[in-house]
Amino acid sequence: MSDAVDAVFESGEPAFIPYLVAGDPDYEASIEYVEAIERGGADVIELGLPFSEPIAEGSTIQDAIVRSLEAGMTPEQYFDFVEDLDVDVPLVCMTYYNLIYQYGPDQGPRAFVERAAAAGIAGLVVPDLPAEEADPLRAACDEFGLDLIFIVAPTTKGERLERMMEHVSGYVYVQARLGTTGARDDVSDQTDESLARLAEWSVPKAVGFGIKTGDHAERIVSAGADGIIVGSALVDIVADGADSDDPTEAVADRLEAKARELKDGALAGAGLAAAESVE
Amino acid sequence: MSTDSDGKFGAYGGQYVPEALMPAIEELRDAYERYVLENEDGFMDEFRERLADFGGRPTPLQHAEQLSERYDTAVYLKREDLLHGGAHKLNNALGQVLLAKYMGKERIIAETGAGQHGTATAMAAAHLDMPCEIFMGSTDITRQRPNVFRMRLNGAEVNPVTTGRGTLKEAISETMRDWATNVEDTHYVIGSIVGPDPFPRMVRDFQSVIGREAREQIKAKTGRLPDSVVACAGGGSNTMGAFHEFVDSADPSSADKSSGQHPRDRVDLIAVEAGGSSLDVDEKAGVAPNSATLSTGEEGVLHGARTKLLQDSDGQIMESHSVSAGLDYSGVGPELAHLVDSGRVDAVNVDDEAALEAFHRLSRLEGIIPALESAHAFGYLEENPEEVGDVTVVNLSGRGDKDLETVVEETEKRDLDVDVDMSVFREAER
Repeated sequence: MSDAVDAVFESGEPAFIPYLVAGDPDYEASIEYVEAIERGGADVIELGLPFSEPIAEGSTIQDAIVRSLEAGMTPEQYFDFVEDLDVDVPLVCMTYYNLIYQYGPDQGPRAFVERAAAAGIAGLVVPDLPAEEADPLRAACDEFGLDLIFIVAPTTKGERLERMMEHVSGYVYVQARLGTTGARDDVSDQTDESLARLAEWSVPKAVGFGIKTGDHAERIVSAGADGIIVGSALVDIVADGADSDDPTEAVADRLEAKARELKDGALAGAGLAAAESVE
Repeated sequence: MSTDSDGKFGAYGGQYVPEALMPAIEELRDAYERYVLENEDGFMDEFRERLADFGGRPTPLQHAEQLSERYDTAVYLKREDLLHGGAHKLNNALGQVLLAKYMGKERIIAETGAGQHGTATAMAAAHLDMPCEIFMGSTDITRQRPNVFRMRLNGAEVNPVTTGRGTLKEAISETMRDWATNVEDTHYVIGSIVGPDPFPRMVRDFQSVIGREAREQIKAKTGRLPDSVVACAGGGSNTMGAFHEFVDSADPSSADKSSGQHPRDRVDLIAVEAGGSSLDVDEKAGVAPNSATLSTGEEGVLHGARTKLLQDSDGQIMESHSVSAGLDYSGVGPELAHLVDSGRVDAVNVDDEAALEAFHRLSRLEGIIPALESAHAFGYLEENPEEVGDVTVVNLSGRGDKDLETVVEETEKRDLDVDVDMSVFREAER
């Protein structure tokens, strides 16, 4: 499995895991944006490979996917993108199963995972692939040393949860609320319930879906999360920049500041001072 | 009733959905097996009774005299257009809304393309007193206005979906998002034999009443099974509904009834897809100007199932096209994909023009205005009368009232062999 991801969670600090869609709004700007969120304190970066039918995404990320696809993003270009990035933190690819399945000359997940490993991807999150259908992908991930990260939903309980916990790799993606991705103004009670349900398992728990501010991050880490995953609140900044045609550097600065706010919130939630993260 | 209890049809099928939906899908599978397959609490008895009293079943099997003469073969029409609501869709919608009620769900959602499934769901929800929301692509709202009126009149909310081209594919994605948000009290009434297990086999079971009736009716009328059953195919619910009872059937009585007519050892099953304007694909634009998924699609994963899809070489889903909104979809039911691969079902296609001509032909010759979807099946009959044998059943899956404006508009655009002079409106205004 990915040692780099394990090392993040073994550090003792809460992990800040931002998400952006690769190629949003275009290839060059997106490179700058991903590097900016690393500067802002990212510990792992989830990088979306856009699929035309993103059934788990709310409108913010759906729009980002449209921008990226219209700018020409493809799976092949995505791997070039990953190789062009100048970042040190582990990268996790988030995409839908059909793109993984179709990649390469033969159908099946192996070719995609092999190429992802070669590009330096540390793990995969596949929102439309429940554990029931995951065996072929899990085998390929084992072969090439990638983490296959599963989502635990507020509805995942009992035996189903136990079965999933047997296969945790990297971290569990704790879905903070029912519904689709998207920044919200509050923290869901479902988050506390989910974290309480998972408390007896020692696996790293990263919470996502709806986190928007440093205060949210602090509250969720103090409730027991080992990490926070933030997508739409950052993608909103990319969208605003694209809408008003702002210079890439200005948008990158805003992303870095937002990332720092979220990272600092996570640190505060763990009782750690923000200053510790700034060298 | 079902031999596919693992939810797979060969390599197709499965449950490719977000984790948040998996518990609801397990709950649904359990309810399907208990109520539908085992008739627990008399569910199927109540379903059949409501389908008769509210829906008007059985629907007739009619000998089409003019078409029979034209094609020199005995053509029988399974008149699903006479089911309440004007299409076969009520068979499934009523079954699922009733099942949701048995499961204790409090809210119904559904996607719709042509609006027939949305209308059937809205009617069933009103009939069974359940709140109902329908997701419909904005393009389809414009081209299927009469059905929007009907849904609203039945008390359903209609939510326009503006992503993509605003047709069925986007409507399904958006309904899945709503379901993932409200999964605890909501049932998603999928309108075709698509989606994660158990939907493909459950929808097929609710629709299989079409073929079950047709089989008895054709035997009563002709003393034999048909040589072929012809049905249009988009997602494939009317198709599998018509085919299911014939899939395994060789006609044991046909051997002694042959008298030189070369009876077949099985009933040919012919699925007629929308050839649209062309079978060619514009991969760069991501558009397939047809909905011929069974004929031209490749295996992939969409909307909860592994099946045949219209997709580019990367696996991005292409926008489909058909003059008929109900066939305009980039995927197809996994069971139908499997039956085509295994050679049991023949996948053929008919283009927009042939479907429009068939629409006019049936209206003139038989006094039946068919849905544009069903018109594709009659387009095939016109082009290949020699392929259907001596006795054929064509599933007339719906009526065409919803399509009148589209047909007049699309006919005027083309150089067709029909006259739809509507100048009477202008004369009346003078």
